[in-house]
Amino acid sequence: MLGIDDFYVLLAYLLCLLSAVLCVIYGLVTWNRGEEAVQEEDVRWVEGEKKVEEEL
Amino acid sequence: MIAQTVGLPEIIIVIIYLMLIGYLGWLGYRRTRTATDYLVAGRKVHPFVMAMSYGATFISTSAIVGFGGVAGLFGMSLLWLTFLNIFVGIFIAFVFLGGPTRKMGHHLDAHTFPELLGRRYQSKFVQIFSGVIIFLFIPLYAAAVLIGGCEFIAAQFGIEYIVALLVFSVLIAAYVVVGGLKGVMYTDALQGTIMFVGMIILLIWTYITVGGVVGGHQSLTDLAGLVPGKLKAMGHQGWTSTPKFGWGSHGYDLWWIVISTIAMGVGIGVLAQPQLIVRFMTVKSRKELNRAMLIGGVFILIMTGVAFTVGSLSNVFFAQKGQPFTGRVIKTIDADKNQCVLQLMKKNDGGQWVDIKDKKVPVVLDSDKPYTGESVPIGAKDVPIAQGRSISIVYAKGNAGQIIPTYITSAMPKWFSLLFLLVLLAAAMSTLSSQFHAVGTSIGRDVYEQVTGRHGRSIGITRIGILIGIIMAVSISAYARESTMIARATAIFFGLCASAFLPAFVGGLFFKRITKAGAIASMIVGFGATAFWLLFVKAQEASAIGLVQKFAGGKSSILADSPNWPVVDPILIALPLSILTVIIVSLMTKPSSKEHLADCFRK
Repeated sequence: MLGIDDFYVLLAYLLCLLSAVLCVIYGLVTWNRGEEAVQEEDVRWVEGEKKVEEEL
Repeated sequence: MIAQTVGLPEIIIVIIYLMLIGYLGWLGYRRTRTATDYLVAGRKVHPFVMAMSYGATFISTSAIVGFGGVAGLFGMSLLWLTFLNIFVGIFIAFVFLGGPTRKMGHHLDAHTFPELLGRRYQSKFVQIFSGVIIFLFIPLYAAAVLIGGCEFIAAQFGIEYIVALLVFSVLIAAYVVVGGLKGVMYTDALQGTIMFVGMIILLIWTYITVGGVVGGHQSLTDLAGLVPGKLKAMGHQGWTSTPKFGWGSHGYDLWWIVISTIAMGVGIGVLAQPQLIVRFMTVKSRKELNRAMLIGGVFILIMTGVAFTVGSLSNVFFAQKGQPFTGRVIKTIDADKNQCVLQLMKKNDGGQWVDIKDKKVPVVLDSDKPYTGESVPIGAKDVPIAQGRSISIVYAKGNAGQIIPTYITSAMPKWFSLLFLLVLLAAAMSTLSSQFHAVGTSIGRDVYEQVTGRHGRSIGITRIGILIGIIMAVSISAYARESTMIARATAIFFGLCASAFLPAFVGGLFFKRITKAGAIASMIVGFGATAFWLLFVKAQEASAIGLVQKFAGGKSSILADSPNWPVVDPILIALPLSILTVIIVSLMTKPSSKEHLADCFRK
C-alpha cells in the first residue's frame, strides 16, 4: 500500500496523518471551550513576566 | 567579496527578511505585544499566531536538516518520531499538560521552568539544580540548531563551513541583541509561516520529481539493494523498511538507534523541554490551547513529516537524476534492477582510466547508457567503463547533515534555495531565541538569585550567561561537526530533560503525594543515570568523551562485548529509574503542607 511494503513504516506514515487529523478534530470540537476569566494572580504574573523580560 | 561568493539577490533577500523581523520586533516592543500583554489586555491572540509561534519554537534546523538527513540515511522508519512529535509533543502536551502548567505557574508566580519546579516542591535546590542543567546543556542543543543552519549555508553558497558558522553566529547574535529574546508573537508567527510554506512546496515538488506518492515510495522501496554494507550489517533493510528487530547481535543495532534514541529519546523528551513549557504559562486560557492544537498538529506534520519523507526520497532523486559516477562494476547487486557496486575510476593526465583508491559506491546503472563505450584492461580482460547514480549519503560525502542541503541545491530551483534559506533562518532564530531566553533566566533568576538571595538584581549575570551560552554553542558547532552530530546532540538534550525533569514535573502537576525528597531524588537519579550511560555505556558518546577507555581497557563502552547495549539510548534506562525513584521516595517521605498543596492545586 502506498508503495511501502513494510507494515510498521506504513503504520507510522498513516499514524502521522491520523494524529494530525486528530489534532484538527479536537481543535474544532473544543473551539469554544475552556474560556477562563483573567484573575488577579494572572495580572500579577504578567507584571512579573515583564520584569523577567526586561532583564533580558 | 561576500557579495561575489554569495550573490547579491541572496544578500538583499536576507537583509529584507531581517529588516522585516526587526520591524515586527520593534512594533511588538513599542506596542508591547508579547504573549503576556494579550493575556492581561483581554485581547484575543489569533490561534494561528499562537500555533505558529509554538511550532516555530518547537521545530528548528535540527529537525529539518539534522533529522531530515538521518532519514536520508536510515529511511522512513524515522516517521515514528513525527508521530510522537504530533501525538505526544502536541496532542498530549496541549490536552494534558498545558492547562495545569499554566494554572500552577500562575498560582505560584513562577516564570521559568526551574522556578515552577522549585516553588511546587518548596526547594531552592530543585530550582538551582534544574537551572544549572539547563544552563550547561541547552548550548548543546543550540549547537545542533546552529550546525543545521550552517550545513545549508555552506552547501548553498559553496563556502567553508567555518565561514558559514561565523556569518550565521553574527546574524543570530544581532537578532538576540535587537530583542529577539522577548518572544514577540508576531515575529515567531511570521517565522512559522515561512517555514510552513517552504516545507509544503518542498514536499509537493519532491513528490512530483520522484514520480508521485505511490511511485516515489515504490522507487524508494526498490532501492533497498543499494544499502551500504556497513548499514546492512547494523540491520538496515531499505529506506521504506523497519530495521531488523532483536537483541544480542550487532545486526539489530540500527533498530535500537532509530527507536530508542531518535523516536523515543526525542519524541518523549519534548514533554520536558523548558523553553516549551514556559510557553504554556503565557496563554490566556485553555481555549487558546484547544484552538492552537488545530494548526499545531498540522504544522508539525508539515515540518518533521516532510523533512523525514523528503530526506528518505532524496535517495530516489539522486539514484535517478544525480550526477553520474563512472567506474568498473565489481559486484552485481540486482541484475534486473541494474544495481551494482562500482569501483570508481577517473582518467589520469595520460588519458588512462585509473581506480580512485577506496571509492566503491553502490549505483543504479544509467538506464539509457549504462556503459560509456570505453573500457579498461584488467588482467587479460577488457572491462567496460560503466556509469550510474548512487544514494544520498554518497552525494553528501558521508555527512548525513549534508543530505538535505545537497538535495535542495541539486533538486530544487534556485528561487526555492533562497526561500529555504529563509526557512532555515526562521527555524533557527525562533528556536535559538527561546533557548537563549532559557539560558539567561536559568543562570540569572534560577541560579544566581537563588544562591545569593539578591532578587531582581541579576541583569548583568543574565546577559553574561547568554553570552557564555552563545560562545559555548558556537564552539561546539565549530569543533563537533560530524555526520550525525545534529541528531545526537538534540537527542542527548531531550533525553536528559526527560530523565531529569519529566517525573518531577508531571508528578508535581497531577499528584499531591509527590514530595520534595521524591522530586530531588528522581532528578538526581535521572541526571546521574543519563550521565553515567553517556560516559560509560553509549559507545558513540562515551568514546568521544574519552573517559570510558581508561576504565574499559581501551574499549568504547563498558558493555562493548554485549551487543546492542552500547547503542541503547540513556532514556530507556534513566527515565524508568527516575520514575521509580520519585514514586518510592515520595511514598517513604512526608508530603508538603496541606496549605501549600491547596495553593498549588486550587482551581
